[in-house]
Amino acid sequence: MAINLLMIFIAAVLTQNIAFTYLLGMCPFISLSKSLRTASGMGFAVIFVVTLTALINWPIYNYILVPLNSELIYYIVFIIVIAGTVQLVEMIMEKFFPVLQAAFGIFLPLITVNCTVLAVSLFMVIRSYNYLQSVVFAFGASVGWIIAIVIVAAINEKLALVGDIPKGMKGPGIIMTIAGILSLAFLGFAGMVTV
Amino acid sequence: MTFTEIKKTKSYQTVLDGIWRDHPISSMVLGICSALAVSNTVANAIAMGAGVTFVLVATAVLISGLRKIIPRRVRMITYMIVIASFVIVVDKVLKAYFPEISESIGPYVGLIITNCIIMGRAEAFYSQNNVFHSVLDSVSNGFSYTYTLVAIAIVREILGFGTLLGFQVMPDSFPKWVVISMAPGAFFVVSLFIWITRTLAKVESD
Repeated sequence: MAINLLMIFIAAVLTQNIAFTYLLGMCPFISLSKSLRTASGMGFAVIFVVTLTALINWPIYNYILVPLNSELIYYIVFIIVIAGTVQLVEMIMEKFFPVLQAAFGIFLPLITVNCTVLAVSLFMVIRSYNYLQSVVFAFGASVGWIIAIVIVAAINEKLALVGDIPKGMKGPGIIMTIAGILSLAFLGFAGMVTV
Repeated sequence: MTFTEIKKTKSYQTVLDGIWRDHPISSMVLGICSALAVSNTVANAIAMGAGVTFVLVATAVLISGLRKIIPRRVRMITYMIVIASFVIVVDKVLKAYFPEISESIGPYVGLIITNCIIMGRAEAFYSQNNVFHSVLDSVSNGFSYTYTLVAIAIVREILGFGTLLGFQVMPDSFPKWVVISMAPGAFFVVSLFIWITRTLAKVESD
């Protein structure tokens, strides 16, 4: 059991990295990976929200939607849960943790449209994980995402200092090329674990 | 009306913005996830483009029609629910009539909900314009999303599988560039596409 959980975690972080293998969460990835600070701020916010929504969505799907035979509307339910959770977290942070709010509060509203969050909940249903597996998978996938965005942001920051990048390639173009090279590197992890 | 007069109308400007000036993928960099993930074969790209266009048009009609009724404070969640409902329709239609494509696109159909093109257009355009212009805008945005996806998919399918829409186009001796059909190839082809279109359109990024 513990080994199975560890495998799910390693697969989610490395072999099936959500950014480099499934190509998810690219919009914030491209707009925020200009500086390391914002990238890691967004990354931590994603870890928090992804894990939390998986914790909430799993029981809703398995104990409410499945017994009622209403799996049809799970897209709507998931997206409302995500939007609601983000709003709630924002309010709680504003009230009780102003320091945290200052650190990554501005990223929270953006997370609702970060496809990583919804994708993790959808994968959890498609692969019919149990509760513990879902939570470990959600945590692993978001850790994988922060690793991806932090590496790309760091490279991009250094590149901006020395880079002689063609005009049309500046911004999104070069970020995607960096991501492509890194994604080649992450292919090297394939076969490490199979899930 | 002469062509110069047509050029000045709002409808013409809207269409031009959608298909070239504010091209959703290369100039605004929206909807990249699906452009990367679903562009490995042309069939997938067409299905995804059609799905996104349908959701865009349906959302445009509903949101711009109801724009005076939706309260500002809850508009985001309203857009989400509207978009999600239409995405369910797309998902079911694909499952029923094109099971193979549905199988290979998998969760990315559901992720149309978080495709920022739809949310972005709803917030920026449909909430402030009438139904006619919103539909024009949605059709031109959907069209440019689709042709981009298909253009990328043509390159990737020919190089990665040696086929086009499932038919073999390259000789048997052609070594398949498998990596182009995988994730890294997606990044490379899309970044090349952005490079080319941005150079042609002279878009600059800071």
